[in-house]
Amino acid sequence: MATLSYREALNQAIREEMDKDERVFLMGEEVGYYQGAYKVSQGLLQRFSERRVIDAPIAEMGFAGVGIGAAMVGLRPIIEFMTFNFSLVAIDQIVNNAAKIFQMSAGQYHIPIVFRGPGGPAVQVASQHSQALESFYAHVPGLKVVMPSTPADAKGLLKSAVRDDNPVIFIEGETLYNTTGEVPEEEDFLIPIGKGEVKRQGAHVTLVAWSAMVPVCLAAAEKLAEQGIEAEVVDPRTLRPLDDSVILESVKKTGRCVIVEIGWPMSGFGAEVAYRVQRECLDQLDAPIERVTSDDVPMPYALNLEKQVIPQPADVIAAVKKVLYLE
Amino acid sequence: MAQIIGLPKLSPTMEEGILVRWVKKEGDKVQPGDLIAEVETDKANMDFNLEDEGVLLKLLVKEGDTVKLGAPVAILGEEGEDVSKLVSQASAGGGAPAKQEQKMEAAPAADAMPPAEPKAKAEMPAETADEAETQRLEKAEKPAAKAEGGNSGGKLLASPLAKSLAIELGVDLRQVKGSGPGGRIVERDVKAAAAGVAEPQYDVADHEATAVTALPEVLHGPPPAGSDESATRAIEVFKGKFGPLALKEPSDEYVDKPLTPARKTIAQRLLQAKREMPHFRLTSTVDAGPLGDFRQRLNQLLGDRGKVSFNDLLLKGAALALRRVPECNAAFMGDSIRFYTRVHLGVAVALETGLITPVVRNADLKGIGVISAEVRDMVDRAKRRQLKAAEIQGATFTVSNLGMYGIDQFDAIINPPAACILAIGRIQRVPVVENDRIVIGDRLNLTLSCDHRAVDGALGARYMDELRDILERPESLAL
Amino acid sequence: MVNTPTSTPTSGPNPAASSSAVRRIEEDDAPEPAAKDELLPLYRQILAIRRMEEASAKAYSQGKIGGFLHLIIGQEAVCVGAIAASKPDDYVVATYREHGHAYAKGVSARAILAELYGKKTGVVKGLGGSMHLFDKKTNFLGGYGIVGGHVPIAAGAAFASKYRGDGRVTLCFFGEGSSTIGGFQEGIALAALWKLPCVFICENNQYSMGTPLYRSLAVEDVSMRALAHGMARDRFDGDDVIKVKRRIQVAVDRARETSEPTLVEVRTYRFRGHSMSDPGLYRTREEVDEWKRRDPVAIARRRLLDECGASAEEVGVLDEEVRQEIADAVKFAEDSPAADEYLPYVTKEG
Repeated sequence: MATLSYREALNQAIREEMDKDERVFLMGEEVGYYQGAYKVSQGLLQRFSERRVIDAPIAEMGFAGVGIGAAMVGLRPIIEFMTFNFSLVAIDQIVNNAAKIFQMSAGQYHIPIVFRGPGGPAVQVASQHSQALESFYAHVPGLKVVMPSTPADAKGLLKSAVRDDNPVIFIEGETLYNTTGEVPEEEDFLIPIGKGEVKRQGAHVTLVAWSAMVPVCLAAAEKLAEQGIEAEVVDPRTLRPLDDSVILESVKKTGRCVIVEIGWPMSGFGAEVAYRVQRECLDQLDAPIERVTSDDVPMPYALNLEKQVIPQPADVIAAVKKVLYLE
Repeated sequence: MAQIIGLPKLSPTMEEGILVRWVKKEGDKVQPGDLIAEVETDKANMDFNLEDEGVLLKLLVKEGDTVKLGAPVAILGEEGEDVSKLVSQASAGGGAPAKQEQKMEAAPAADAMPPAEPKAKAEMPAETADEAETQRLEKAEKPAAKAEGGNSGGKLLASPLAKSLAIELGVDLRQVKGSGPGGRIVERDVKAAAAGVAEPQYDVADHEATAVTALPEVLHGPPPAGSDESATRAIEVFKGKFGPLALKEPSDEYVDKPLTPARKTIAQRLLQAKREMPHFRLTSTVDAGPLGDFRQRLNQLLGDRGKVSFNDLLLKGAALALRRVPECNAAFMGDSIRFYTRVHLGVAVALETGLITPVVRNADLKGIGVISAEVRDMVDRAKRRQLKAAEIQGATFTVSNLGMYGIDQFDAIINPPAACILAIGRIQRVPVVENDRIVIGDRLNLTLSCDHRAVDGALGARYMDELRDILERPESLAL
Repeated sequence: MVNTPTSTPTSGPNPAASSSAVRRIEEDDAPEPAAKDELLPLYRQILAIRRMEEASAKAYSQGKIGGFLHLIIGQEAVCVGAIAASKPDDYVVATYREHGHAYAKGVSARAILAELYGKKTGVVKGLGGSMHLFDKKTNFLGGYGIVGGHVPIAAGAAFASKYRGDGRVTLCFFGEGSSTIGGFQEGIALAALWKLPCVFICENNQYSMGTPLYRSLAVEDVSMRALAHGMARDRFDGDDVIKVKRRIQVAVDRARETSEPTLVEVRTYRFRGHSMSDPGLYRTREEVDEWKRRDPVAIARRRLLDECGASAEEVGVLDEEVRQEIADAVKFAEDSPAADEYLPYVTKEG
């Protein structure tokens, strides 16, 4: 086991896949000479040259489409969005082309592309740079959506994403880049796409969270444990396709479910999770399903306001108490 | 100064009366204490005495009129006073409320009563005492609303988990009070209601005293005064027993366990029973010798196939006695008395969380063996929390047996809405008189508690008589 | 059938263009010489596409084809000529008006018509329809419904060719209505920046749906956009299939030899509406008739007979062949079983 930062784990994953398969290339803004806006691609240009690590001008629609065209004829691009906020510029390419060419061509062409980059709020970067858009992409058939919360998950899942023959939306937690964790050192460490994981076991309530909300839930769980309440933290890791079995198993055990997401509440991904939980676990539920989300507002700049908007451990604890009827 | 005289309250439950006879006439002078009329009330014909002095200037009602409590019946004043104003005021309905209340005199009341049967007369003291109690009860607070399913509007609110758990554990959700929002019944409420069962023994002869709850060890030892360690230990024991979430903040001196919904229900229902039902109790001592022999023969017959307990026989006996005195298989319904057509015996079972009464349906029609097997099965399943809701509802008569705890005799509190509960003590080996000589005998104390509103003393006594007859000639159980 | 009024509407959101704005680029251009065996097969292709499109229009009006149907009638010389300048290995990316391009690339009339009919035997099994024809065997990378959205994809295919050094060229077809949108702008910008082996062919049929050229572009010369990116460009009329082939050849060779893109604007005209549901109120009958005098089928036929020494009989034989080919394709489409599955085509597993 090595202790790596989330960022280092991603860097390793890209490097290993590019080493392994000549068809893999990395394209995006500042990925080359700048070493990556978030340093995820540090050292890659030096290792692989300009042919395979390509700095793109600010033209998301353009280079997303270039990636799709290249994938169509056999390459395996990794397209970086500096943040997923900018993916909206390219969303036509992602939704109308990448997600659909396999179907439109009746399976003749497939698009083995990874669109990756940080998503969700950072710190004080205001409304246009703080969006969690996973529910936009999880909505679309033809795409896969992956969101790792730990360095190990980041590495194992990014490698799998590159090897997947489908377009993968790989959203990294912008506030997770510096977090560290144990990462297996085996040569080809892969985590399958579409498999969730229980990050913490507990008998009293199920917390479902992904990406940056996982550490928030773990912190809340620590505090709850002091009061004798044991929370189980379930991280689906892949949103589409969703491994609901790991979630449903947990809720059937605890009888209580709190879904914690950093996105907006209306039509957020947690709503889909809640639908599935009530559908399959109705008789095991002792309380309605609770969701903890960001406020339904564009993100304000001021730090104190931002903290109010984003779910904190205290919000999670309050929701847990609600489903336990302890208030 | 003329005044309007209103009809006073001549009996505690009186709401109106019929003015049977004017003893005084208009214009008569009245001295304090004079009888001025006879009034028929709900209980009896009562004397209407006035405590004032004056002249009966006007009589406002005629003989035979029904008068509401406090309504104007006469005008008292000085001779020659103009009372027209008061008359019109009185006829407009503005009667003065009864300022005078007759002192209750037991003796005259007894005289005024219509002749009753000898048995009824013997009950007199009981009745009066009960009346007094009823009066007190009426003045007391209205009892708390029936604890039923936990919420107003009649709709049962329960979480899906609570519902499935209730089916699994055999808990009747209508008996559970919900601790969730809007009175929603949630998992912890159902679990509490179906909490672990102690080992109820129905075999009286075995005399096994089994503790209902395991007392914390620390209470067995001498309590060291002011010892923090033992207090902490006690708190730990309770925490372990009930879980940290089930206790309010423990202090050094005590630990509060918040009432579970089941306990709340029991508390409310028993209080309601005690308050609303005028209990009276009849005790009989039965010669249990023949019953013991009978039981032995039955068990010899059964051999390996099973065992019949005293309680099984008592249940059958109680059921048969109800067939002979069906008026005791009843319930007070407010404006009627319900006479049940079938005999469903509730059998009291002590659980850690309180009493539940699994019901042996149609006990009068079942053989002793069947009753025995059914009771065993229900006790067994109660221990494993597998009783169904339907199995603990609908008792028309309840039987409770504390004999195995060494109780000689006790009075049970009625399990509403049924009117009677039979309390069984232990069989005692005692010296008895037989043919004017003292011999050793087996005696069993049975106490019937009855709701006087539905069952009179004589009725109850007749029931006990029949029951004793059945038990002392146990072949009756086979008929 | 398209309903064209006899007079220009005096009011409404789409005033008809004056004929002077709808024009060819060169009034007097001498036709490029061509030998019979070069032109004959090209003529056959143009004619086949024409007949195929006419059959589709008929089927659509009979309710056998649904949704959108965008016909290339009048523009056939452009796709045939351009693709003839490329190799089979080269990639073609086109719009939703791509039946002719697919045919020219080598997709059979049967497969195209069966697809329009929504049949299992269609080139994409009834999943794509008129706007989304794809054929990997012939390197036809698709018809696309989002205007300009396919241009970056073409740049991407060219990128892959350069990445692999496989010498392929990518031809990207689009209309002048694409030349404003971001996808087009970003696509050609990246192709120019990274020097991708791509030929961007603008089929300027002078109407974006109902909007004439002068109302949609501040500068009507689409090829001038290449100047912004230092890209090579060309601009000509596309009614003579030989001319198209010659001029596109230059751009294809440039791409293949120097890995540089070219933006080519080809003036052309569609005789039918934007799609089957277009009432065509934005242009006059006279205008359409005027352009019909420059019908690429007629031009190619005349050249065959007048310049290439083909006999009327030879041409007649081809005409009959084409007639039978299309009739056969129509029958094939009509008799084929309906499309029957879609679930396996969401994600690729395994």
